[in-house]
Amino acid sequence: MKNFLNIYKREFKSYFVSPIAYIVISIFLIITGWFFFSTFFLFGQAELRNFFSLLPITFSFIIPAITMRLFSEEIHTGSYELLYTMPVTGLDIILGKFFSALFFIIIMLLPTLSYGIFISFLGDIDWGPVLGGYIGAILMGAAYASVGLFASSLTRNQVIAFIIGMAFCVFLTLIDKMLFFLPERLLNIFQYIGADFHFQNISKGVIDSRDIVYFFSVSFIMLFATGIVIQRKK
Amino acid sequence: MRNLIKISELTKYYDNVCAVDNISFEIKKGEIVGLLGPNGAGKTTTLRILTCYLEPTSGNVTFDNLNIYDHSLEIKRLVGYLPESAPIYPDMLVYDYLKFVANIRGIESKNQDNRIKELADLCEINEVMHKSVFELSKGYKQRVGLAHAMMSDPEILVLDEPTSGLDPNQIIDIRNIIKEIGKKKTVIFSTHILSEAEATCDRIVIINKGKIVADGSTEEIKEKKGGDYLINISLMNGRFDDIKRTLNNIPEIKEVVLKNNKDKIIDFSISCKAKDDVRPEIYRRIKETDCILLEFHTESRTLETIFRELTREN
Repeated sequence: MKNFLNIYKREFKSYFVSPIAYIVISIFLIITGWFFFSTFFLFGQAELRNFFSLLPITFSFIIPAITMRLFSEEIHTGSYELLYTMPVTGLDIILGKFFSALFFIIIMLLPTLSYGIFISFLGDIDWGPVLGGYIGAILMGAAYASVGLFASSLTRNQVIAFIIGMAFCVFLTLIDKMLFFLPERLLNIFQYIGADFHFQNISKGVIDSRDIVYFFSVSFIMLFATGIVIQRKK
Repeated sequence: MRNLIKISELTKYYDNVCAVDNISFEIKKGEIVGLLGPNGAGKTTTLRILTCYLEPTSGNVTFDNLNIYDHSLEIKRLVGYLPESAPIYPDMLVYDYLKFVANIRGIESKNQDNRIKELADLCEINEVMHKSVFELSKGYKQRVGLAHAMMSDPEILVLDEPTSGLDPNQIIDIRNIIKEIGKKKTVIFSTHILSEAEATCDRIVIINKGKIVADGSTEEIKEKKGGDYLINISLMNGRFDDIKRTLNNIPEIKEVVLKNNKDKIIDFSISCKAKDDVRPEIYRRIKETDCILLEFHTESRTLETIFRELTREN
C-alpha cells in the first residue's frame, strides 16, 4: 500500500503543475457561485439547498474533466509502461489515481464553504443539511471520479474519455428525472440507479445507509471495472 | 554461470496477429544479450513480457524460480526497465521524478539523495536535475530513463532500443554507460544498430516474425551461417555454369552464387569456411580457363550481412 501513497502524491501534485487545475476550479466556482447567488436573494432563505441541487449536474461535467487524463494521458505517452513495470500493482495505480481525483474534488469544494459562512451572517442557517450536503457531495464526487477513471482507462484520447465519462455521469444524474418514460415496474430500479435521488436525500441532512451504500457501490463497481480494463490491456 | 532467466515456449498474440511465436532461450547471470530483429519482429513484445508489462498468450518466463504469472511483483523488483524512447512524465522535474522512482523502489529516505547523486554522475545528468523532463533533449531523456532503470541497483536491466533516435555522440555515450553497467549486471537490450550489438553483447539473439532465427555469440552465428568470408569475383568471357563446375569440387568452398551476368562479364561470390584460405586454389583454377580475371576480392561476412540474410529468408 506504500506505493499507492506514492502514486497518489505524484498524481495529486501533477494536478497543480499545469494550469488545468486552476482553470477547472475557477470554472466550477464561477458556475456554482453564479447559479447559487443569482437566485439566493430572490428566495430570501438562509440555506444552501439551491447550491446542492445544482451540484450533481455541475459535477457531471466538471469531474470527467478532472479525471479524463488519469489513464488516457499515461497510455498515450507510454509513461504507463514505466509506471507498471516498477514494483506496483494495478490496485496501487487505480487507488492512487482515484484518491488523487477525490482529494482534488474536496479541494475544489473547500472554497464553497465560504457560501455557508457568508449566509450565516445574513440569517440563521441550519448546519445539519449543509453538513449532509458536503458529505453527499464527497460521496457523489467519489462515485463520479470512479466513473471518470473508468472512462479514462478505456481510451488513449482524453477528449473521448471526457465525453464517455460525462455521458455516464449525466445519465446517473438525470435518470430519475426521466422516470415518466419508463414502465411502472422499472420505476423503483431506475430511481435507485439515479445518483441525484440519493444525493438529494443526503443533502436534506438525512444520512441513510442505503444512500451511502449506493455511492460506495458505484465507486466499487467502477473501480473494479477499471481494474478489468487495465488487466485486459495486458 | 547459472541460468538466471528461462524463457520457455513463449507465444503472444494481439488478436489474431502472432507477435511472438513459441520462442525459448535462456540467459545466464552476468550476460549482455542483444535482441536483434527488424521492425515488428517481436523484440519489444518479448521485453514487455519479461518485465511483466504484458502477459503471454502461452508459455512461461522464470527468473530463478520466480515465474511471471505468480511472482510479477518480485520480478519487477529484480528488473530495471527502460522502454523505447523513455516515456517519462513530462510535467515532472528530473530530480522529482528520480525521487518518485526511489520511493516506489523502496529506497530508504536517508539514502535516496546519495543514490540519485550516484546515478546522476554515472548517467551524466547533473546539469539537468532541476529541469522539467519536457525540456530535455532526447539524449538526456534517455539518460534519465537509464537512471530510472538502475535506481534500485537491480540484478537485471532490460533496455528497449536505448540508442534509437540519438545522434552519434549520444549513441557512443549511452553505449559506454551500458558497457559500464554490463560489467556487474545482466543486461538484455534490443537494438537496430548491429555494430552496437556486436561491440557490446556477449550474445546475440536474432528474432524475425516472432521466431528466433539465430542465437549465440557473433562468432558462433557467423560459423553457423556458413563461411566467415566471401570472395567476390568478376570474369570476362566465361560461362557461369562452367566456372561453377570448376570451382565446386574444391571441398573448402560452400557455395558459389551468381550475382550478375551482363555484357560478357559475370559477377559471382564464393562462400568459404573461415579457417581455410582457398584463394590460391581458386586463382589457379580460373587461370586454367580462358576467362579474363577483372576483379578478385575477399569480404568478411559482417553481422549485418547475416542479419539481412536471416531476416529476408524468413
